[in-house]
Amino acid sequence: MTPLTAYLLLAAMIFALGLGIALTRRVAILVLIGIELMLNAANLNLIAFWRFGPHPEALTGMMFAIFSIAVAAAEAAVGLGLVIAYHRHARTTDLDAMTRMKG
Amino acid sequence: MIHGVGLPFFLASMITLIGALAAATMRNLVHCALSLTVAFGGLALIYLQLDAQFAGFAQILVYIGAVAILVVFAILLTRGVGTTLIHVYAQKWILGLLLAAGVFALLGWAVLTSIPRVAAPEIAVPTVLTIGQSLMHDYVLPLEITAVLLTVALIGAVIVAMPEFKKNGGAE
Amino acid sequence: MDDSPIGINPGNVTQCYVPWIVANLWLIPAIPMVASGLIALLKQPYKRASQALAIGAMAFSFLLSLCAFSRVFLSWHAGTPTRYLFNFDWMSMGASSVQIGWVLDPLAAVMLVMVTFVGSLIFIYSTGYMAHDKNATRFFCFLSLFAGGMLGVIIANSLLLLFMCWEIVGLTSYLLIGFWYHKPSAAAAAKKAFLTTRIGDIFFLLGIVWLFAQTGTTLFYNYGAGAIESSALNTLLHQGAGFGLTAATAIALLIFAGAAGKSGQLPLHVWLPDAMEGPTPVSALIHAATMVAAGVYLVARVYPLMSAGAGPGQTTVALTVVAWIGAATALFGALVAVAQNDIKRILAYSTVSQLGYMMVGLATGGVAVGMFHLITHAFFKALLFLGAGSVIHGCHEEQDIRHMGGLRKAMPVTYATYMVGMLALSGFPLIFSGFWSKDAIVGAAHSWVGSQGPFYMLLTGAVLTAFYMTRQIALVFFGSYRGHGHAHESPLVMTAPLAILAFFAVVLGVLGTPAWPWFTGFLESRPVPFDFAGFSEPGLLPLMAIATVLVFVGLGVGWSLYGARQRKTAEELDPVEQAVPAVAGFLGNRMYFDELYEATVLRWYAWLAALAGWLDVRVWGGAVAAVSLFFRGLGRANKAVDSVWIDGSFDKGCEELVTGGGLLAWMQAGRAPGYLRVLGLGVLILAGIALVAASMSGQVRL
Repeated sequence: MTPLTAYLLLAAMIFALGLGIALTRRVAILVLIGIELMLNAANLNLIAFWRFGPHPEALTGMMFAIFSIAVAAAEAAVGLGLVIAYHRHARTTDLDAMTRMKG
Repeated sequence: MIHGVGLPFFLASMITLIGALAAATMRNLVHCALSLTVAFGGLALIYLQLDAQFAGFAQILVYIGAVAILVVFAILLTRGVGTTLIHVYAQKWILGLLLAAGVFALLGWAVLTSIPRVAAPEIAVPTVLTIGQSLMHDYVLPLEITAVLLTVALIGAVIVAMPEFKKNGGAE
Repeated sequence: MDDSPIGINPGNVTQCYVPWIVANLWLIPAIPMVASGLIALLKQPYKRASQALAIGAMAFSFLLSLCAFSRVFLSWHAGTPTRYLFNFDWMSMGASSVQIGWVLDPLAAVMLVMVTFVGSLIFIYSTGYMAHDKNATRFFCFLSLFAGGMLGVIIANSLLLLFMCWEIVGLTSYLLIGFWYHKPSAAAAAKKAFLTTRIGDIFFLLGIVWLFAQTGTTLFYNYGAGAIESSALNTLLHQGAGFGLTAATAIALLIFAGAAGKSGQLPLHVWLPDAMEGPTPVSALIHAATMVAAGVYLVARVYPLMSAGAGPGQTTVALTVVAWIGAATALFGALVAVAQNDIKRILAYSTVSQLGYMMVGLATGGVAVGMFHLITHAFFKALLFLGAGSVIHGCHEEQDIRHMGGLRKAMPVTYATYMVGMLALSGFPLIFSGFWSKDAIVGAAHSWVGSQGPFYMLLTGAVLTAFYMTRQIALVFFGSYRGHGHAHESPLVMTAPLAILAFFAVVLGVLGTPAWPWFTGFLESRPVPFDFAGFSEPGLLPLMAIATVLVFVGLGVGWSLYGARQRKTAEELDPVEQAVPAVAGFLGNRMYFDELYEATVLRWYAWLAALAGWLDVRVWGGAVAAVSLFFRGLGRANKAVDSVWIDGSFDKGCEELVTGGGLLAWMQAGRAPGYLRVLGLGVLILAGIALVAASMSGQVRL
């Protein structure tokens, strides 16, 4: 197993775990946590490919990952704001109970 | 600095994976958030191993320092009757599990059957100077856009989470 | 006949003066028809109103007829042409058109006056006769319609118009004969009358169509272009028609066939005696005075056609046929009348016989001779029928003369007027009109160039006429009453017309004496001086003497057989029956004409009708039923398709839609985890496909 393969497998595992969290947990916030994990896995992929790919001096991969981190943070903020807003309205964060499509 | 898959890699990956797994299965939400933090830390270690020091530190600063705290805040603000939930998993969680497994299987198969390269090339470790120069020269546009995006997200999050004020006074 | 009339022809630039009465001659038939229409709208109880309408209309037409007659009379007296025409386009088909119109000439004028006058009297009489009948309104409606039709026949200048009014007259005759339709014999008699005259009318129509085809017009007179004017007649005379006849003869014979049907000539006479089933005023008006005279009038109208091609001292084929048939009819009618026992049947056969006389008069002596007898016959035959009606009314609807008798004391006015009529019919010399008119006919037959056969037949008929009328008078008015109950005189409204008619039955004879043949002169539009020298025509006085002798012979024999030896009971055998029972039986059964027809024509016709009926039910009805069955099947299949397939599929579709909607609704339940799973699944599938495709195509070296 090459180092790249190892890193990629790790990233795949983290991604799968993040997906699992997003799809199986009941709480809305945990879904966001899962999404964060998935984003992190993608970042790891990016860094790994940057390191083992051609032209690492172009810094493309790392830049991409840094921007990704920034965006993920913004997205987490907004998402958590949504959850808080919903909680204020319905006093619950249970995803299975969030079925009313009427505002 | 990479010479095969050695002990540091194994340790860091273990930390990450265990953190993620804990986040997946814990009952207490705060515990989930904290184990997420651990997972982020593990990932930062891996970034450092990959000669992406800036990314690693950025990971620690942003993810652990901001996102994880944010998650914890959100959890604490949205507490229901009790902090522990009766039902941990959603309905039909088996499907989600299967899907995740399927995705992992697919990615794993793609990875294992495709990457033939062996060695890691030697590189000049990117310094902050080069990163800064790269940001200001090559990636100035994404930089500015990201700045706008962060501003918008900030304002948006504030508005979304803000309590509604009724006409006749009083916050909801 | 004068051939240059005065009249107006719309479209013709030269306009002559048209008298008001000629332009409005159509009013004469139109007013009774309008009255008929109005009466038809009245309900049953309005008897008085309907009677007033009918009589009023007829009286008004009579006044107008007097106007018309006076106009013609003035023209005749002034020596100017006396034929007024009024023709107009009726149907235009492109450039050509069918013209109809009416004519006012002496022939039409005298007929108009006669018909309206006798008609008015009979209408007045009917108010009394039908006083107890609750259907009197319908009666007067039909009578008025008949009057309108008959007057239309008289004034018609076009064969088409004449035929239309002819049919109206035939229709009303049917309606009136069958007036008491609940009596099966009356209904059958009406049908018989209609069908028998129809047979004549078919030939008549053929004649009209042929004439129209040959001459291009149906007008009688049209300033030289009419169908019976000289140019047309020349054309017709020079065209052959098979059997060695000319077209003129053939058309004339066809038209005569129609006249024969209407006027009851042999062999189409069978309907006239049965027509006595109708009320007596009907018999008087239609079957004595007017409708049956229509046939004679028709022959008089088309006389130029009938006599075309014959120079002086010659006669045409058509006229020969007319003469022989007329003579045969005259003799036949007189023979059969001898053995009848119904008062009206005797008069009916007498009418048949007299119509034969009229036809012979027309054929042998010309229009004036025949028409004079028609006019006088109208008066005294109407008188006799009305008198018979009075007798029937007085004897409480008894019609068999064997059950009457001695009525001269019980019904004096009726007796007196009936005597006048009977003597007129028999031809009692000098005083009564019948003598002069019948004598004119006999004289014409005697000097006919064709043959003397009709002459002898007419003489025999005269004897028999006197004989059977004496028999009738004796059995009805003399002797003792053999009936039931008590006979009484009729009311004034019935006896007054009798008296008036009796007066004219005497007086009219003056118009036709040889000393002053005014009638002939009037019809022929030449002046007529009063001249006793007319009596000195060769052969005239001997003929008058022979006729007188024969009349007295008939009267004497009749009186001796019936008047002197009165029968005591109703069931006694008639003396003629006792003497020659076979002959009496033969005559009494009307020479078995009806039975002959029944066995031949009617049987064949019934077979034809049965065949048509079978065809109608089985073949045409079957075809129609098959078509309807087909369409019903089609409809049923359509309905099945509609309900099973279309409805079923639609219902199924809707069900699926509902299920699908439910499915979609289930999917749109707002469950976020579900959405996430779907997303994940989608990603999985897409990524898988991409990777597999890429590896397959060799782009990625896996």
